[in-house]
Amino acid sequence: MTTQTIDPTTRRVPPLGGFNATMLGLELRRMLRNRRTVIITLILPALLYLMIGTNTSYSNQTEGSGNVSAYILISMAAYGAVLASTSGGAMVATERALGWSRQLRLTPLSPVVYILVKSIVALALGALSVVAVNVVGAVNGKATMPTHVWITAAIIAWAGSVVFGAFGLFMGYLLPSENVMQVLGPVLAGLAALGGLWFPINSHSTMGHISACTPIYGLAQLARWPLYGGAPHAVWVVNLVVWLAIFVGGAAWRMSKDTARV
Amino acid sequence: MTQTSLSGTSGSSAGAVPAVRISGVTKDFGSVHAVRGIDLTLDQGEIVAFLGPNGAGKTTTIDMVLGLSHPTSGSVEVLGLPPRHAIARGLVSAVMQTGGLLKDLTVRETVQYTASLFAGATPVDEVLRTAGIESIADRKVGKCSGGEQQRLRFAMALLSDPALLLLDEPTTGMDVEGRRAFWSAIRADAEKGRTVLFATHYLEEADQYADRIVLISHGRIVADGTGSQIKALAAGRTIRATLPDADADVLSALAGVENVDVRGDAVYIHAKDTDEVARYLLTQTAAHDLEITARGLEDAFLSLTGDDHDITPTDSEGASA
Repeated sequence: MTTQTIDPTTRRVPPLGGFNATMLGLELRRMLRNRRTVIITLILPALLYLMIGTNTSYSNQTEGSGNVSAYILISMAAYGAVLASTSGGAMVATERALGWSRQLRLTPLSPVVYILVKSIVALALGALSVVAVNVVGAVNGKATMPTHVWITAAIIAWAGSVVFGAFGLFMGYLLPSENVMQVLGPVLAGLAALGGLWFPINSHSTMGHISACTPIYGLAQLARWPLYGGAPHAVWVVNLVVWLAIFVGGAAWRMSKDTARV
Repeated sequence: MTQTSLSGTSGSSAGAVPAVRISGVTKDFGSVHAVRGIDLTLDQGEIVAFLGPNGAGKTTTIDMVLGLSHPTSGSVEVLGLPPRHAIARGLVSAVMQTGGLLKDLTVRETVQYTASLFAGATPVDEVLRTAGIESIADRKVGKCSGGEQQRLRFAMALLSDPALLLLDEPTTGMDVEGRRAFWSAIRADAEKGRTVLFATHYLEEADQYADRIVLISHGRIVADGTGSQIKALAAGRTIRATLPDADADVLSALAGVENVDVRGDAVYIHAKDTDEVARYLLTQTAAHDLEITARGLEDAFLSLTGDDHDITPTDSEGASA
């Protein structure tokens, strides 16, 4: 009955675990086509800055080498980066819920490359968010700080948000639902308040000690550090590194549990 | 439960590596034994139906062939390779009944995305044309009908020209005409060496389209043969008689007897010509209390699978396995 057979040795394995420009391009395009993602990550933080950061009763008071507006601008850029990176990472929740992750496991794509692509997309979205807030801030003109502070703060806010890319992945694997960001949005708003992004928290108060243990604290402090100069506190760096380790560990743990049914 | 072995089903085509070789595989989920020891070899170019009630172990076995999970014991090889290696070479594809698609990509983007992951995939436009989804290429997947999405899934599965294709309830929701066209396409590909393993709980479909039916129940293979061999199990009638110390070997040797089952003082004899067996029992042995019952196709499967439900002889509603 069989007239032909297939020789498996004639088949090739794709290079780089399946990583390629076509898929990365499609992933970036998907992200920008998602209206909710664009509103939450690109428009909301800029809008918040305009609402909070430009109030004339305090905006021009001196804060470090800049003014209060600059302080709030950096905070909102960090908040935008956090939202964007989390949304990017949490895309895996939707993809798991839809069975797309399972579909991908029937292709040569390596799971490591999949996570890498999700991380690139999350960081790209984070970068866009930081740029959006800063452009709005620059055009608005209320925020003043030296250019190098402006640039370093933006880069730290963006790079530090990698912690939340990992957080998004972890939550994406933990909560397989199509609308995981509806849960994570309020959680992040709460964490931002605790981490000192909405209003300054006295670091010597009880609230200050609690704040120092929450995941946004390290990022918030480090992003605003260029405004003040000097040496960064070890606790800021420790906070960032420990939370990064917790979220990466959590994501890796959930992923490894995720064997039979993706 | 014992395996009903039917002759001449696993002869290997000379020289070619088998499409699937499952040896002594078990799979436990905690204290649940989903697969209790399966040996199965599929040759290249075979179309095989994997038939069994829900929860029989079909999906668990298929997941192991796909490398999505690992056997608790035993080994699985796909074209002589570990399953993940076969998948990395694009040798294996699977089409599920639902899911597996991103709603926010267009049909073309979905095919492009999948194609980009394989070394040497068929060109995207050609695949869209063959699958008959060229006209909806720029439509968002979320806006496609169920049938269109199913055609897209097939297009994706065929991109890498797989040597082994696994299908889960492939023709659910298709009309008679669609079903016929589908199977003639599958048949044409099988002639080029592609092996097709499809899970189903429709006896009729398994019988009509598969070269071979593997019947699985409670994590074991209970029958393996061609459709007609499987159906032969259902032919004839069963005699039940009370016969202490029945000699199963002697009874099995009677003309037309296919199966003898001794349970305590009761003996169950399945035979084509039960009149002859009854005559023998009543004249040559101490047998009494004879009962003769006819067995339908469905009953044959029920007795093989040891279940009272879940197997449907013809199309009817049923959950996917």
